Amino acid sequence: MKSTNKLLVLIVVFGLIALAPLLITQESLLNIVIMTLYAALLGQAWNILGGYGGQVSFGHAAYFGTGAYTVAVLQIQFGINPWIGLAVGGFAASAVGAFIGFCTFRYGLRGSYFALVTLAFAEVLRILSNSVDFTGAGVGLLIPLERSAANFQFLTKAGFFWVIWAMTFAAFLTVWKIGNSRFGAQLMAVRDNEDAARALGVDAFRVKMGAIMLSGFFAGLAGVFYAQYFLYLDPYIAYGAAISVESLLVPIIGGMGTLFGPLLGAAALHGLSELSRAVIGDAPGISLVLYGVLLVIMVLFVPRGLAGLSSHLRVGKPATPKTEEGKGHA
Amino acid sequence: MPDSAIIIPSILNGLTTGGLYALVALGLTLIYGVLHIINFAHGALLMLGLYAVYFLNAQFGIDPYVALLIVPPAMFALGYGLQRGIIGRASHGRDENILLVTLGLSIIIENLALFFFRSDTRTVDTPYSFDVIEIFGAFLPYPKVVAFVGALVTAALLWLLMSHTDLGRAIRALAKERKGAQLVGIDADHVFAMSFGLGVACLGVAACLLLPSYYVNPQVGGGFVLIAFTIVVLGGMGSFVGALVGGLIIGVVEAMGGLFLGESLGQLGIFVIFILVLIFRPTGLFGAKA
Repeated sequence: MKSTNKLLVLIVVFGLIALAPLLITQESLLNIVIMTLYAALLGQAWNILGGYGGQVSFGHAAYFGTGAYTVAVLQIQFGINPWIGLAVGGFAASAVGAFIGFCTFRYGLRGSYFALVTLAFAEVLRILSNSVDFTGAGVGLLIPLERSAANFQFLTKAGFFWVIWAMTFAAFLTVWKIGNSRFGAQLMAVRDNEDAARALGVDAFRVKMGAIMLSGFFAGLAGVFYAQYFLYLDPYIAYGAAISVESLLVPIIGGMGTLFGPLLGAAALHGLSELSRAVIGDAPGISLVLYGVLLVIMVLFVPRGLAGLSSHLRVGKPATPKTEEGKGHA
Repeated sequence: MPDSAIIIPSILNGLTTGGLYALVALGLTLIYGVLHIINFAHGALLMLGLYAVYFLNAQFGIDPYVALLIVPPAMFALGYGLQRGIIGRASHGRDENILLVTLGLSIIIENLALFFFRSDTRTVDTPYSFDVIEIFGAFLPYPKVVAFVGALVTAALLWLLMSHTDLGRAIRALAKERKGAQLVGIDADHVFAMSFGLGVACLGVAACLLLPSYYVNPQVGGGFVLIAFTIVVLGGMGSFVGALVGGLIIGVVEAMGGLFLGESLGQLGIFVIFILVLIFRPTGLFGAKA
């Protein structure tokens, strides 16, 4: 797909999604749309670093949790409006990304080692938030209920819908832009062969730093949204492994390094978990078992994800491990 | 500042805990040393082993130490099958893919356990669960001392296997030079699966020795995963001596951290060590070259 066509499709898709609050009157159904968009945002954040940059992170909870705790702590301890907290949370998460990126990329950690270190950083943050007082330690933080739009606590689900819609749309536009930029080309070159990219003069460290900071920013926004939507946080929610796993599952199932992958992945995951709830009921663990099975199947048989699968079916050529962006613009 | 009457028992306690950790890490380092894959499902497989020991005890009254004859061979078979059927096919040339597949496996195993066994924490009741042994003025739980000795014996057995048997030679040949080993007739898929099976069998041993002084629930493996990785990284990936020494160090660090920083912050030391070692000395204490 040409890049302008992609932009067109992107605008049409998000335009159609925007009809959701007009067509769906049931709050519980709108909630599914909201959670799908939220998962797409989280997955797209991971996709910037993991899909386009090839740096597989097992610790995206570090950014998510930082965004979530920032907005909550600013409100509870300092009385700062959550809309300001939204921006501060994004940038705080981005700063955590810069720190982790500096520590790891500076010393050339790659592949599985990078994945494990990111996991350890998220664990360190979890233990810290479990131990200090201003994050409420193990008890967690309850954001006081004051329903008003000015307070980022909407009376209806539709209000939350528009916020997550805008944030997710912004993330997707950013990734579309990355796919057409010099920065994006360099990032994908580093993913495909870091040594070759460096030989051609790409500053791999700088490029990866850019990716992890952007990735952290959007994951932080997802965290802020989560905090305002559910109004409760504790160390396991914010910095636990579940968020890290969800953020990598979404783009891997949808298609790493593709623009639409995270949206496909989020829809597939939420569709699957709703389906399993309808068929099997609310048994503990079952939807997660399906997630795990899906992850294994995707990595074994469909390493390019759903986005790769669809282009494979359309073109009729065997799937190659390279992404279409990688071939088109790098 | 606590005085030596507290510190020395605390160190000894840390050493015995470290022995348990080393036991878990031995399997991980074996798998890494040969297959160069990081098995993220290690904790989940340990949990499965613990449940096996628990149910053998609860249903058939089999003592956890007698279960040593049953659980490790069963775990070996499971590991062999997993490597042959799933993990070995997943890499597509990128080691991150194996990490992802083993992550997927651990999600499946943990949540199946949650579904079938519920989240209740279970323990076994053995006549010796609360026995203590006095060493240098410290009263150490009998099961932990047994586990410590078991870790040493297991490491020695692994070393013997690797250095004195045909299988061990084949494993080492494959780890060093895959193509060359295959050229002289070593069946790579089979030997890889044997190594993975051995690594998982170590978890079976760990489960039998661990349960008398520990507990099992579906989430129990998660706590061991990062600790075992830390030990393997600290000791040097693929090194048995490293896994032993690393395990003991981590056990003491955890005990000291708990003593000086409190229960919650005490775990911090482990992860900080993990990050620092990976950043500054990724070959670990006993690792070969980068």
